[in-house]
Amino acid sequence: MQMREITYRQALNEALAEELARDPNVFLMGEEVAEYNGAYKVSQGLLERFGPKRIIDTPISENGFAGLGVGAAMVGLRPIIEFMTFSFSLVAFDQVVNNAPNMLTMSGGQFNIPITFRGPNGPAHQLGATHSHATECLYASVPGLKVCTPATPRDAKGLLKTAVRDNNPVLVLESELLYSSKGMVEPAETELLIPLGEAEVKREGSDVTIVCYAQTVALALAVAEKLEDEDISAEVLDLRSIKPLDERAIYDSVAKTHRVVIVEQDRPFCGVGAEVCYRIQKNIFDELDAPIGRVSQEDVPMPYNERLEKAVLPNAEKLIAAVKKVCYA
Amino acid sequence: MQPAEQRDEVEMLWLMLLIRRFEERASQQYQAQKIGGFCHLYIGQEAVVAGAIAAIRFDDYIITAYRDHAHALARGTSANACMAELFGKDTGCSRGLGGSMHFFDKEHHMYGGHAIVGAHVPLACGLAFACKYRNEDRVTLCFFGDGAINQGAFHEALNLAALFKLPVIFICENNLFAMGTSVERSTSLKQIVDRAEGYDIPGCVVDGMNFRHVRDTLSEVVESIRKDPHPAFVEVRTYRYRGHSMSDPASYRTKEQLEKYRLDDPITRLRAQLTREGKLTNEKFDELDKEAKRIALESVKFAEQSDEPPLEKLYDYTYV
Repeated sequence: MQMREITYRQALNEALAEELARDPNVFLMGEEVAEYNGAYKVSQGLLERFGPKRIIDTPISENGFAGLGVGAAMVGLRPIIEFMTFSFSLVAFDQVVNNAPNMLTMSGGQFNIPITFRGPNGPAHQLGATHSHATECLYASVPGLKVCTPATPRDAKGLLKTAVRDNNPVLVLESELLYSSKGMVEPAETELLIPLGEAEVKREGSDVTIVCYAQTVALALAVAEKLEDEDISAEVLDLRSIKPLDERAIYDSVAKTHRVVIVEQDRPFCGVGAEVCYRIQKNIFDELDAPIGRVSQEDVPMPYNERLEKAVLPNAEKLIAAVKKVCYA
Repeated sequence: MQPAEQRDEVEMLWLMLLIRRFEERASQQYQAQKIGGFCHLYIGQEAVVAGAIAAIRFDDYIITAYRDHAHALARGTSANACMAELFGKDTGCSRGLGGSMHFFDKEHHMYGGHAIVGAHVPLACGLAFACKYRNEDRVTLCFFGDGAINQGAFHEALNLAALFKLPVIFICENNLFAMGTSVERSTSLKQIVDRAEGYDIPGCVVDGMNFRHVRDTLSEVVESIRKDPHPAFVEVRTYRYRGHSMSDPASYRTKEQLEKYRLDDPITRLRAQLTREGKLTNEKFDELDKEAKRIALESVKFAEQSDEPPLEKLYDYTYV
């Protein structure tokens, strides 16, 4: 099997094209997805290939088209709803949080909602407070939703394809900063499905576990390389899915290294790391040789100024300091 | 169930009676604290749903807001399943997990029961979108109150429906009050139907206390949509006799206003029309009413005797 190097954007594009070709019930809807080929060109060429019935441009009405997707899913279509960014999903919050995940329970099991909401999530570069939301903590807290956060082209393709086939509402939180990143992926003709709820050890290590996802995976890998020079062997565990959370993989790694730092693009208060931290101390407290470290955003709305924005985000310096602290190095 | 034109008017009068007697029982059981949460009654508005149902086929879709008991009954959900739902029982139409505001019945094409005002209007677009996507000639009826027309979701949905030419009928059950706020105090327009014009959607106004007017108008609209898919808007002028919900004494309106509408009662009106035309005797009416009362009472017994949803299944309905 000849692996090829493609971009994260291309990987998502392949996933969409493959699922659209496989199942006539799948359609893609969102702002600029058709004629403009996607605000970030993820849907490049899909209109030409699948036509306007299945690749559908919408007005700027997130609540409206997200709700339309939920309704269509009630009667068996499998909508893929693109948010130009998940910051804009906030005006469709009611549809994503109230309608999509509640329907199954409210109807006593009669209506499941096989819908995929996807688009870039989290801070990008100097977009300011309204366009920089990391929404994973908001959505992962909602029963009935599934949330995944691919960090590599391979994971992006495999997770998106799985999301489209899932019979529940799934959010695929992509990243604007990752769209042009490259990685090795199986050839197009190979079916690549990555299960939701399966973390991956992206780098093996023995002294400390760095738990990360999405944008922070590359950061963790780079930091792990650097720490090698200082004789600290870091294991990098990419969660890949926030919900369901692969607790087994976390505990296995922590049982090996006995030290953990969580690094996330999320907010500190009630963020994903807070939940992971709680579960580790609750379930394998005795395995810990040090308090759990955590690097996240600062607890402020995102400033526009570049220097201040950098100060808000996790970076190598903060992560190295956190790792050294838990290693008492 | 018969297609629209064959639905017998006596049968539809019977449906209206069933709805009323069911709601009266629900009211009584709510006061007896057998029903929890919120409970919004439909009494006074029966001709709206009956007329609408008489205008469509069984395989058409309907979706509504939280004042939904009548819509389920009209679709053919049993009174037993409806009352059991109010009691929170496993035999309820949503297995006791939805409650008064979340009635669902897939088999009878009843797509809820939605309690966030206006939020189901985009869902209706989705149902209609699916019909068009699959080249089906089904029509979706989307019911909502006059309070919904000032929500963003409603406006976004109307625009999408017009843009995509979706086969959906937006039916505004204008009962003059959004909870306690009158239409004049909530809406900048003189008449609600004018909302449709802003989206280039054809609209009309119907007398919601007149079963035949509702049915005949909607039948025409449905026919035109089946020929050529497009959205339509129908403002149905109606009145609820009770408060917004069971906990609302409705002190924001006058006794005179209520009396005026009671005199124009939709059941009395259809009964008089049918009697005048020799299609209904007093004996037959009494028989129907007795039967409706019996079914409503039976539904209470059924609900009381039904089991609660099993605790072991608490986690069974979060994901499939």
